[in-house]
Amino acid sequence: MSAPAIAAPRKGLADKAILLHVGVLALLLAAQFVLPEYHALSLTRVMLLATFAVGYNLLFGYTGLLSLGHALFFAAGLYGAALPAYHFGWTAPPAFLAGIAAGFLVALTVGAVALRTTGVAFMIVTLMFAQAGYLATLYFGNVTRGDEGLVLTDAVRRFELLGLTVDLADPGLRYNLALALLAAAIAITLVVVRRPIGRVLVAIRENEARTLMLGYDSYRAKLVAVVLSGTISAAAGAAYALLFAYAGSSFASIHYSIYPLLWTLLGGAATVLGPVLGTLIMFYLIDLASGFTTAHLVVVGLVLVALVLFFPKGILGTVRERWLPWLP
Amino acid sequence: MATVTLLETNGLSRRFGGLKAVDGVDFRLDRGEIRAVIGPNGAGKTTFVSLVAGRVPPSEGSIRFEGEDVTRLPAHARVRRGIAYTFQITSIFGNLSVFDNVALAVQSALAKEAGFGARLDEAEIRGRTMTALDLTGLAARADQPAGTLAYGHQRLVEVAMGLGLAPKLLILDEPTQGLSDPEIADFIGLVRTIAETATVMLIEHNMAVVMDLATRITVLDRGRILAEGTPAEIRADARVQHAYLGT
Ligand SMILES: Nc1ncnc2c1ncn2[C@@H]1O[C@H](COP(=O)(O)OP(=O)(O)O)[C@@H](O)[C@H]1O
Ligand SMILES: [Mg+2]
Repeated sequence: MSAPAIAAPRKGLADKAILLHVGVLALLLAAQFVLPEYHALSLTRVMLLATFAVGYNLLFGYTGLLSLGHALFFAAGLYGAALPAYHFGWTAPPAFLAGIAAGFLVALTVGAVALRTTGVAFMIVTLMFAQAGYLATLYFGNVTRGDEGLVLTDAVRRFELLGLTVDLADPGLRYNLALALLAAAIAITLVVVRRPIGRVLVAIRENEARTLMLGYDSYRAKLVAVVLSGTISAAAGAAYALLFAYAGSSFASIHYSIYPLLWTLLGGAATVLGPVLGTLIMFYLIDLASGFTTAHLVVVGLVLVALVLFFPKGILGTVRERWLPWLP
Repeated sequence: MATVTLLETNGLSRRFGGLKAVDGVDFRLDRGEIRAVIGPNGAGKTTFVSLVAGRVPPSEGSIRFEGEDVTRLPAHARVRRGIAYTFQITSIFGNLSVFDNVALAVQSALAKEAGFGARLDEAEIRGRTMTALDLTGLAARADQPAGTLAYGHQRLVEVAMGLGLAPKLLILDEPTQGLSDPEIADFIGLVRTIAETATVMLIEHNMAVVMDLATRITVLDRGRILAEGTPAEIRADARVQHAYLGT
């Protein structure tokens, strides 16, 4: 696993880290004014998926727990928002909250059970839960419409907030909402990593037995990590459903458990911005590759091989190791 | 000051397969002691203190700490009650800085004082961590990854972590193993300082250290208590000389 993840508690360095993250978010904010429409839309998607990856990284990168079932949390948010919107006509704000609540409950339940195991067993148990969730979205096809999915109407995506009419079909608004969600996920990660709880999570990753002997109930700490990670992932899923007006079974499939792992590995596990960078690169790589070959997965595979060979700690993990030791 | 029993075990046993590593030990430790636990290799010293710390569950018997039965408490809960264990085989977080290693112990102690869910003050964690690092002479190495320190210093990180927990009982398992003579001399001073605020249980092979520090000595042999007494009594005990001191 990767190098020390605790931001050095020195004030000056810590502020440099904050500045960097604010800078990256400001860059994303500015990008919408120069990017052509197609890329702005792509970036909206990337930011939502990156939010998912940031949530994943909290558990995988910092706590050292490899989940193969995060599609379940993403899908819990996706369907938690889409189902009431589709069937009961809930507007976006309550539907979004419902998605987050669904993710929270699912993560709490899955975490409480899966954390009774460790290592490979934990991977298998999370995988099984996610597969069960995926099959459920197919089985209850009369409610979820399975693979075909639910398409949300414009009505649920247009609502009044503080006297203003908000329309989620507006591309500019969608971009900024996705950015706001990503910013929130990054802020939460930074806070967790820089507070005492972050030190405990990293300690569990490094040596759980020793952490117990320092007086920490590691089960409880890991449960906090699963719930936080799962809830952030669900928020990404809920936003995805509402901003793109669609929820389908494919988002609950194993691919969506593997993607956040790959994005995180590519960008750098246990770095706050790594998952964001990883998601961005992988997204555009697939986008480019599918332009000239149908075998775009081969390209992805080659990139992963190169990654393992040259950047075993991911891009930002390597950057931190060689040049920027203060990177959180 | 009236003596108060801090720790008491009754019939404490632990079997590994057919082997009785700890065999019906009745043990009492008073608050404020520096108790040395000695005995030949394989006598069951590490297993005995691991039972006390909760790293190893007992086969039989009970453990009372401050009058309360802690036999079934998980290790992390015993640490929060005030039992700290430093490992015989150095077990620190090699990838984390020396500071973070000790800060983990300190924030555990603070969390205990503050109660569940309370917000811990990073400045307070810093202050207490640096105090523990100053006491162990590690302050200058605070920012180094603990795994890159020399062996003797890694042993001291273990001790600093024990200190950071602000325990009522600090268990040191062969802390001077592998230390140089000057390091051992410093270490003796350190244990005296620690003993001002905590009861110390010291497993130790170096007899000079034992005789210098211990207020009482317990001799373990084949999982049983062979003898117990002041350093002078133990030195004079024929059975101990026969079984352990080899004279
Ligand atoms: N986890 C274990 N599994 C099997 N046997 C063990 C285990 N731990 C200790 N023992 C055995 O118990 C006996 C006591 O070991 P230990 O408590 O480490 O002794 P000491 O610390 O006095 O050298 C030894 O014979 C040792 O081999
Ligand atoms: Mg031993």
